[in-house]
Amino acid sequence: MNTPEFGKMETAWCPGCGNFGILDSLKLALEALGKDPHEVVMVGGIGQAAKTPQYLSANSFCGLHGRALPPAVAIKMANPNLTVIVNTGDGDSYGEGGNHFLHNIRRNVDMTHFVHDNQVYGLTKGQSSPTTLEGMVTGAQAEGSQNIPFNPVLLALAAGAGFVARGFSGKPDHLQMLMERAIRFKGYALVDIFQPCVSFNRLNTFAWYNSRVYELDESHDATDRLMAMSRAMEFGDRIPIGVLYEKALPDFHEKNSSLSQGQVLAGRRNDPALVRRYMSEMV
Amino acid sequence: MGMYNLLVGGAAGQGVESLVSALEYFFKQDGSEVFTMRDLMSRIRGGHNFSRIRFGAGVPKAHSERLDGIIALNEETAAFHREALSPKGFILMDSAIKSDDPRAVRIDMAKIAKSLGNAKAAGSVAVGAALKLFRVALDEASAAEVFGRVLRPEHVDMNVKAALKGYESVPERYKIPAGNARDMMMLSGNRAIALGALAAGVQFYAAYPMSPSTSILESLAQWAEEAGIVVEQAEDEIAAINMALGASYAGTRAMTGTSGGGFSLMVEALGFAGMAEIPVVVVDAQRPGPATGLPTRTEQSDLKFIISAAQGEFPRMVIAVRHHADAFYQTIRAVNLAEKYQIPVVLLTDQYLADATATIPMLDPAAYPRHEQAQVPEEGEYARYRFTESGISPRRLPGDKDALVNVDSDEHDERGHIIEDSETRVRMMEKRMGKLKLLEKDLQEPDWLGDEQAHITLVGWGSMYGPLQEAVDLLNQEGNKRYGALVFGDIWPLPKERLKQAAAKGEAIINVEQNYTGQLAGLIREETGIEMSTSILRYDGRQMTGEEIARRVKKEGF
Ligand SMILES: Cc1ncc(C[n+]2csc(CCOP(=O)(O)OP(=O)(O)O)c2C)c(N)n1
Ligand code: SF4
Ligand SMILES: [Mg+2]
Repeated sequence: MNTPEFGKMETAWCPGCGNFGILDSLKLALEALGKDPHEVVMVGGIGQAAKTPQYLSANSFCGLHGRALPPAVAIKMANPNLTVIVNTGDGDSYGEGGNHFLHNIRRNVDMTHFVHDNQVYGLTKGQSSPTTLEGMVTGAQAEGSQNIPFNPVLLALAAGAGFVARGFSGKPDHLQMLMERAIRFKGYALVDIFQPCVSFNRLNTFAWYNSRVYELDESHDATDRLMAMSRAMEFGDRIPIGVLYEKALPDFHEKNSSLSQGQVLAGRRNDPALVRRYMSEMV
Repeated sequence: MGMYNLLVGGAAGQGVESLVSALEYFFKQDGSEVFTMRDLMSRIRGGHNFSRIRFGAGVPKAHSERLDGIIALNEETAAFHREALSPKGFILMDSAIKSDDPRAVRIDMAKIAKSLGNAKAAGSVAVGAALKLFRVALDEASAAEVFGRVLRPEHVDMNVKAALKGYESVPERYKIPAGNARDMMMLSGNRAIALGALAAGVQFYAAYPMSPSTSILESLAQWAEEAGIVVEQAEDEIAAINMALGASYAGTRAMTGTSGGGFSLMVEALGFAGMAEIPVVVVDAQRPGPATGLPTRTEQSDLKFIISAAQGEFPRMVIAVRHHADAFYQTIRAVNLAEKYQIPVVLLTDQYLADATATIPMLDPAAYPRHEQAQVPEEGEYARYRFTESGISPRRLPGDKDALVNVDSDEHDERGHIIEDSETRVRMMEKRMGKLKLLEKDLQEPDWLGDEQAHITLVGWGSMYGPLQEAVDLLNQEGNKRYGALVFGDIWPLPKERLKQAAAKGEAIINVEQNYTGQLAGLIREETGIEMSTSILRYDGRQMTGEEIARRVKKEGF
């Protein structure tokens, strides 16, 4: 899809891949929010999903596998005027980058984390990821995946995230709405997005997701953490999508004395008089 | 006699550290130059920790193996070090400690402290006594000033009283020559790096604690609020360097620091910095490896690792800092060169220098002007990796209205988009690797110490500067052979001119290093074909002294 600001680029994804829907929803969300490409920094790790920053017109930082979050939060620390968005895979976010996932929830920098959760390693051709369901046979799990699947939204809630949502690439309008809310949210926002991988995940297909997902309605109180956790544990015949939890928390910048007044570190200098004073204190 | 050596030792938890900090400050305030090395065990309680304070006039940047005095807070300290003590030296100890050593000077340290209301002040009684022995004036005001710097406010009074009691308990013995170090700064090697970072305009420092690098993180954290910079403890070293890269991409001068173990985790991102052309400075404060090794001791064994760390080929610079002032200036220079060439620069230090304190003349924060990128008008749309005549692509920042900044760890085209074609790959490789050639213009040749017409040249790097300085002085004092030393700071790319001169005219060239394999010698052989005549190496985690080097040079027949 082409949009006026964020453009259209040639992609290297398989036809029918859920990533297309996510990319389109993202571009529409950014347009709807009135974002200028120059103020947006797209950050990715490595994987199929992590190529997303390459496919729209904005600043981009395509780093290392599993390492999308550390540079993303630091970019925001350096310049709070930037809108920092991570698009990357389930393997990248929860596997190789698991430690960064945990601790950046705690750090609560104002940024958005879209995880293209295809429950598989796409780029490396189909091995199990942390969210792969038990029993799925892959090239590396010849007897089927035997580990307990990881529940990212439940973990994010347990770790204290202020914004936790789940979406589906097959529900583009709903996904766009989630993305807009997540980007607007002040603090770390996680949206785990079901994304069918037509080439390597024959179990969690479009139809598999489509027949299970249902949209959360008013009966869900997104400010109730316990209710959010019980909804987060629904992962069977029915799986809720929508904002599971949203609660404003003081973010990193508010708590950091060097950033709390909206300071931009980028391009700033240190005061030589201060260096001289510290030196004189060492006399 | 121009200088003295005093050892202060005790178990971890006995407060050796604050006594040493107080003593070195008393000596400095009295005009003495100071160099203090710290020998610590990796534990919080018990064991045997000590520091050697060298003070007086003309103090080299190294400790000595000889001792004039010992303050023994426990029996072990007295027993361990008496062999090195001069026959006319003293061992200050509590009356309760048994010793048949005629040099023992016993005072009722514990009793006096107890009578003042706090047994923990016992060490300060010894401090007072030591000051008297060295004829350093002490009164209530001067004691309050010094203890006020090193102790918590509520403990100052008591320790002042304890020191004054100790002062009364012994007669004067030595005379330190008058000096002017009172106006000098006193700081550790790591503080010098932290200060250098601040002077270089570093606004972002992320690190994960690891001895002996942690005090850089802690120094900067102390200053962060006032300086308005961000200092963040990362969840691991991988995060630390990747955060630094993000901050640098967004336009701040960014740094991280660790020791070898943490550096091992940073390796992939080091290559990423090379590939994506993002400036970053990484400090590796070396300690003996492999693996956890000897966590609180010293070694120079990461050199070959650092110069080749990470897959693939990319330009990097490695600078070994040699002494305190050098640590400060090279940090500023490292930040500037990282910015200028858009490359990762690694600063190598080690536990010896990181933890050692020294007096140095006031530093000049403006010694290296800040590197400012030349403003090149961009034709057409901005491209982060534009091929240019100079070989360096102009940097823009995300947020700039007329440029999109796209960086990538994959091989990419000028725009920062993934490519796989052979032609672009080759041009990009040549563009990046070409920076090594450009960098040569900025390389600093190693420092010459001792006699420039030397028959015998010792070569070393980093913190071996101080010991080598003393070694060539000692060697040149006797006999008719002339000795010199070349001490490398810039070590990758390796500067070769002085090395070739030394090899061409001298009789012998000997590497002196704190490692097992002679890593600098190996690098020199690879880069220049020059073979060392012999090697002087040590790898037990303890720094060689100048005396030891001189002795071993002689023993090797040179
Ligand atoms: C350090 C490192 N280890 C392994 C890889 C290989 N690798 C690239 S992408 C990937 C997994 C991708 O899975 P995911 O993050 O779920 O992304 P997807 O391709 O499914 O979108 C792996 C293992 C790598 N690039 N770097
Ligand atoms: S392999 Fe899967 S995730 Fe990757 S592009 Fe193809 S369908 Fe999408
Ligand atoms: Mg995946």
